[in-house]
Amino acid sequence: MSKEIIKIQDLKREFTMGSETVHALRGISFDIKEGEFVTIMGSSGSGKSTMLNILGCLDQPTSGTYEIDGVKMKDLSRNQLATIRNEKIGFIFQSYNLLARTSALENVELPLLYNSKVSTEERRTRAIKALEMVGLSDRMDHTPSELSGGQQQRVAIARSLVNNPVMILADEATGNLDTRTSYEIMSLFQELNKKGITITFVTHEPDIATFSSRTIVLKDGDIIQDYNNENVQSAAAELAKLPKQDH
Amino acid sequence: MRVLNLFKIATKAIILNKTRTLLTMLGIIIGVASVIAMLAIGEGSKESIRTTISAMGSNMITIQPGADSRGPARGSGGDVQTLTLENYETIKEQSDLISYITPVVNGSGQIINGSNNWPSSIYGVNPEYLDIKVVGLKSGSMFTDAEVKSASKVAVIGQTVVENVFPDGQEPVGQMIRFNNIPFKVIGVLEEKGENTFGQDQDDVVIAPYTTVQKRILAIDHLNQIIASAISEDDAPAAVEQISNILRTEHKLLDSEEDDFSVRSMEELISTFSSTSEMLTILLVAVASISLLIGGIGIMNIMYVSVKERTKEIGLRMAVGAKGADILMQFLIEAILISITGGLLGVLLGLAATVFIEEFLNWPTSVALYSIVISFAVCAVTGIFFGWYPARKASALDPITALRYE
Ligand SMILES: Nc1ncnc2c1ncn2[C@@H]1O[C@H](COP(=O)(O)OP(=O)(O)OP(=O)(O)O)[C@@H](O)[C@H]1O
Ligand SMILES: [Mg+2]
Repeated sequence: MSKEIIKIQDLKREFTMGSETVHALRGISFDIKEGEFVTIMGSSGSGKSTMLNILGCLDQPTSGTYEIDGVKMKDLSRNQLATIRNEKIGFIFQSYNLLARTSALENVELPLLYNSKVSTEERRTRAIKALEMVGLSDRMDHTPSELSGGQQQRVAIARSLVNNPVMILADEATGNLDTRTSYEIMSLFQELNKKGITITFVTHEPDIATFSSRTIVLKDGDIIQDYNNENVQSAAAELAKLPKQDH
Repeated sequence: MRVLNLFKIATKAIILNKTRTLLTMLGIIIGVASVIAMLAIGEGSKESIRTTISAMGSNMITIQPGADSRGPARGSGGDVQTLTLENYETIKEQSDLISYITPVVNGSGQIINGSNNWPSSIYGVNPEYLDIKVVGLKSGSMFTDAEVKSASKVAVIGQTVVENVFPDGQEPVGQMIRFNNIPFKVIGVLEEKGENTFGQDQDDVVIAPYTTVQKRILAIDHLNQIIASAISEDDAPAAVEQISNILRTEHKLLDSEEDDFSVRSMEELISTFSSTSEMLTILLVAVASISLLIGGIGIMNIMYVSVKERTKEIGLRMAVGAKGADILMQFLIEAILISITGGLLGVLLGLAATVFIEEFLNWPTSVALYSIVISFAVCAVTGIFFGWYPARKASALDPITALRYE
């Protein structure tokens, strides 16, 4: 059995807004093993993004422990966390967060700019390859404002792949895509998962969840369901079943 | 490698935000330029006073009766009568540090030529006066020592007098004029000198032998002034000292007694007047400091706001792996590039403005190095600090907090 890459214990996240306290996560615990493909579901406001942000080392829990690859997050310095985000994690934001007035290619290159082990040429070739993987090789010089919502989302996906992460955290990465494109992306993720990359995928759509091996359901900051998917669908096969697009 | 990347990121951000960069730079440019121009005006007027005074004869030494009471408004010693012809002769005999010396008696009155009437001043001097004052003659000749001895009624007149008592363009030399009803024969006309820095018309004078003026016009025994010329500018202070000693002995002053006369070199006069223009400079410095302060606040605002509004960008960069130091370095490089470029442009604009003021407004200017250094430093430091400080605050946030910033 492979080891746990993520281990959370009684994780709580509260937001204080004036005198009010919002309990976004009310003490959740679970593990994710290396190489797993987990989807996280739940209604809007149930705490999915809040949890994913903590898993991505972008936010700190109010209480509880988070161990990533055997190290407690609390024990890591800000610089160490930055290095983990830079080299180990690929994060796809719900709201894309692309740099405005910056080309798709440069947006994808961004994480590698902060990795001194990657040369300028390598940075460029890897960014081009990542954009090709999401089907945007003809839009590399476009800035976000010149791209459709779905195209922006795919740039954000390419950016999360460019650093060859060991773990991908995706917050509704297919939310803005049509069925065909989202199945294409899912089959890409399944391929990456086969290569050993751990994927945690937040989604609202039950059919997307069928492509993963495990589903966790949140409600009001608590886990209400956590089950393994016996019958994992192949996104590539589903894609083939879709009616051909007429051009 | 990393710094090079950050440098690229910073230059790219500057190019992407042309308008904002330009606005920030504008604050710096105007701040630096106005300080340089203003101080150049202050320094310029100081220098121009200095050169005018030097042109009046930089070796000149003035001996006046009465105790030392400094100030440009001082007259010819009032009614103090401690200077005499004997004093003049003793100094002339004993001092070896002076090349020329003349007694001065002066008064004012009406100059009349027929129906033309002009109020002016008459100076009774000896022929060495021209050498001390460094003036030449436009026509005619100076009176001689013999004419001084015989108290001849001859006069050399300035251009303003010529214009007012000989309005029809007549040649004055050889003509007769009357000063306070005493007839003088005009034997020479002084070269034009124009106004001095203090607005006095240096051409509105009549010069005559001191013997004539003293006895026939003023009817006095004492002298109003003695003026002399040191053999060189460097010898002036020593000459002042020497003349003081000669006069103290001559006036039989005890050690405990103060001088009853004052001896001053041009150098001292310059410093007296310089202190007046120093006031002007202080005023201008005050105005310049205020504009520098306002410029600084402007730079501060724009830098602060522009970094604040990029908090989201900072959050994203950190989310994909930028360390706090990377963010700081990027913004520091940006701030340095903007501040230095703005500062340099400000210096150029300030120098251009100075040239403009000099050429087209005809104000004397002189660019002071310290004004360049100080204004540049103040603007650069404010720019860099307020580019760095908000970035430092933003980079201390959790990435998600920075990303949420609106
Ligand atoms: N920075 C914050 N300040 C205050 N409250 C917050 C903040 N972030 C999230 N919340 C609250 O926490 C709760 C969970 O939010 P979260 O964004 O995790 O929901 P979600 O499950 O991702 O929803 P959606 O499916 O709509 O994206 C919500 O009630 C939200 O209002
Ligand atoms: Mg969400």
